[in-house]
Amino acid sequence: MGIGKIARRTFLGVLAVGAGVTAFGYWQYRRPYDNPLDEGLGDGEATFNPFVKIASDGTMTVITPRAEMGQGVQTTLAALVAEELDVRLDQLTVEHGPPSAAYYNEAMLAEGAPFPMFEESFLAEFQRGAMTVVSKFLGLQVTGGSSSTIDAFGKMREAGCAARHALVAAAAERWGVDGATLQTGEGRVTNPSNGESLSYGDLAVAAASAEVPRDMVLRPRSDWKILGRPAERVDLHDKVTGGRIFGIDVELPDMLHATVRMSPRFGVGAETVDMTAALAMPSVRDVVPVDSTTGSGFAVIAETTWDAFKGAEALDIAWGQAPYPADDAAITAALETAIDQDPATALMDKGDASGAIDAAPAAEVLEARYQVPYLAHACMEPMNATARFRDGKLEIWTGTQAPGIVAIAAARQLGIETEDVTVNVTHLGGGFGRRGEIDYPVYAAEVAKHTGGRPVKVTWTREEDTRHDTYRPAALGQFRAKLREGAAAEAVEMKIAAPSIMKSVIARTFPDMSAMGPDKTLTDGAFNQPVMIENHLVSGHEADIAIPVGFWRSVGNSFNGFFHEGFMDEMAVASGVDPLEYRLAMMGDDPRLDPARGVLRKVAEMSDWGAAMPQGTGKGVAHVVSFGTWTAMVVQVDARGGDIVIEKVWCAADPGEVLDPRIFTDQISSAAIYGFSSAMGQELTFVEGEVQQGNFWDYSFMNGAQCPEFEVAFLETAKHMGGAGEVGTPPAIPALANAIYAATGERLREMPFTRKVTFANA
Amino acid sequence: MKLTVNGTERELEVSDDMPLLWALRDVLDVKGPKFGCGVAACGACTVLIDGEPVRSCSLPAVDVWGPVTTIEGIGEGETLHRVQQAWMEHQVPQCGYCQSGQILAAVALLETTPQPNDEDIDAAMTNLCRCGTYPKIRAAIKSAAKMEA
Repeated sequence: MGIGKIARRTFLGVLAVGAGVTAFGYWQYRRPYDNPLDEGLGDGEATFNPFVKIASDGTMTVITPRAEMGQGVQTTLAALVAEELDVRLDQLTVEHGPPSAAYYNEAMLAEGAPFPMFEESFLAEFQRGAMTVVSKFLGLQVTGGSSSTIDAFGKMREAGCAARHALVAAAAERWGVDGATLQTGEGRVTNPSNGESLSYGDLAVAAASAEVPRDMVLRPRSDWKILGRPAERVDLHDKVTGGRIFGIDVELPDMLHATVRMSPRFGVGAETVDMTAALAMPSVRDVVPVDSTTGSGFAVIAETTWDAFKGAEALDIAWGQAPYPADDAAITAALETAIDQDPATALMDKGDASGAIDAAPAAEVLEARYQVPYLAHACMEPMNATARFRDGKLEIWTGTQAPGIVAIAAARQLGIETEDVTVNVTHLGGGFGRRGEIDYPVYAAEVAKHTGGRPVKVTWTREEDTRHDTYRPAALGQFRAKLREGAAAEAVEMKIAAPSIMKSVIARTFPDMSAMGPDKTLTDGAFNQPVMIENHLVSGHEADIAIPVGFWRSVGNSFNGFFHEGFMDEMAVASGVDPLEYRLAMMGDDPRLDPARGVLRKVAEMSDWGAAMPQGTGKGVAHVVSFGTWTAMVVQVDARGGDIVIEKVWCAADPGEVLDPRIFTDQISSAAIYGFSSAMGQELTFVEGEVQQGNFWDYSFMNGAQCPEFEVAFLETAKHMGGAGEVGTPPAIPALANAIYAATGERLREMPFTRKVTFANA
Repeated sequence: MKLTVNGTERELEVSDDMPLLWALRDVLDVKGPKFGCGVAACGACTVLIDGEPVRSCSLPAVDVWGPVTTIEGIGEGETLHRVQQAWMEHQVPQCGYCQSGQILAAVALLETTPQPNDEDIDAAMTNLCRCGTYPKIRAAIKSAAKMEA
């Protein structure tokens, strides 16, 4: 096991699959992209492929073309190259590099087709392959879907391996010896027979044109020196010294500052505006309209960000009416309407769940209704982008998860060619899916039209950020089950209603493209879980609510994990079975679900599951497989003081392969805290179509005093490599709900949980 | 007006209501303090004034009463402050955006409470971190407390 694992993943997948896709032909798909590093190569610099550049002065640059938003991706991607190139990680200069189709993310779109990741029928494999072709054509250089490492695992090791072979070939030619007799290490090629040695820098230029063997072999895991153990993050020093690495830190000569004030009602603009007071402010330079596929409003251009903020506040604007269900009651009503209508998807439909439940005596039927609200991402760094437009060329500096898409959207906004847009990607002060959106760089591009060629940094206020997000959608679940005393359920029916994330994303990002196929995100985390029972229905019902929704850490899994594992706990209790044992019983004997059994048993052992606990305390368990990683979590709470204290979290995860256990562990706790935060009070409410919350006093997240201890363990038995960045969120929320039930008897079916309970140190 | 920032006296012209944060970032080009909320809720903008931690987004620059120290000013040349060293050792940062403020809050805590216990840390470290690096922040503070000041 190990090296030969197929890296692939479960994610979104609504873009066109099937007919039309293969029409481009296999040949064109196989054609490699140009190497973007060829352009701008300096004297004495050589590039071997889109990922590796070596200069004769010994500088070795690795391109890690994924957004660093805290998940450690640049460290792990650089380590993939270092392992095969035979250099120490600290010998490498790590850069994000230019946006380029060469850096497409095939793993993110692979498995976009609506099949559980453990389903390996011919059809499922065929569809996944088709998604890979789609992503290559679109050149989607996207960081998302916990897919970066999976995507890079093969190609970045190959990049390091190929460069090493070229360097060895160059040395062999210079010395007139057989390359097979030479050794490499720490950035040098050595001839062990005579001790001669040359640095990679000395060999770079000759190596760039050296012949490399066609049959290069990647190192087996047993030979790894860097991968598989904790690496020192490449961004640490900058991040403890206040390094100027974020979009908001960009400083350019002669730069102006701006902010936006966009319509708080989505899809409409201003009916009237009075700019007099703003324009009268001494440091305000201009007020300009901003209209795009993502929103409509105004930008205030000033000498400093503070002056722009004041100018924006001074605008007197009457906005149009909201063209969608405009308050919480209307939103709930729209979800209820959707759930009573025919489903858009039924990605799990086995036996006759509804019939079995309808025919069952009432005493054997369990019913529950679950609901979750809209949520904002609340990245610590508010949305911002810097743009300069002069001589028909646009340059953007911003933290983005999707530089290629930003270039397309900004070009469309200004009516210029995509080739005339340069996107410089900074570090991201949080992403969580929010920074895959085009709105903030597009607004900066639009503002840059009005500054006479001067660069302008457009920074949003926290309030603007909260009220103009692409939200995690509200969702409603209606669940029924036919139970058996002391055993797994005979039938389970889960109806889930929410607005479609993919439709919303595609409408604003690619307005000319139609979303085809089912939106897998609607029931992701519910339809594709380790449950093997005779009668099983999971249907997705699309609600028509035109509030912008998008990818929020773990996407559909963020609410379906709670729905599925909360209801699972209720079924266990009502059937008189221990909740952890009940999950095992629901899996039947299908061997493909062994990773789920493994992580549940492991977390039971770690947490001493089943041991007696004092009254008023309790443990809850949940398991969700998302992004290819099987993740079981146990949460322990203490409610004896009245307020809930989250004391301890145990997690066992099986992603098949762990490339950096410390970074992966940090991602598990980070994602769990992200989930807990949503349970502990996050909720957006709407009045007249406007989000009522604005800043951290009414939309906050877990603080240090509330944070539990974590203990994380990994198993590496799964057949496919899974993701890291999001998989901790889906099980954290239901494990907390189930722990609170165990401690207090309060069953939590609505988020946030603060509707029913209070948390300590709030 | 004049401000002493990281030991250097700086001349600047700002309006009476401009917060210290924006005077530092946009006027003096000191980018260590970050903008997070603008209402002193998150602490990403934390600086030290006379050694005391202050949320610079909500204090007008004209009201600053002493020398200002930002993340750029706590090390000595190439040598990092012991809190920064502990942050490296524990690999605390994820996205890193809040960490300038977290580190300064920890520096101030260790000045007043050289050996903080968990309650001291809970009380002093109220800065928010969206990545949830709190367990490592706690561990790093305890490590820094053990180092020679």
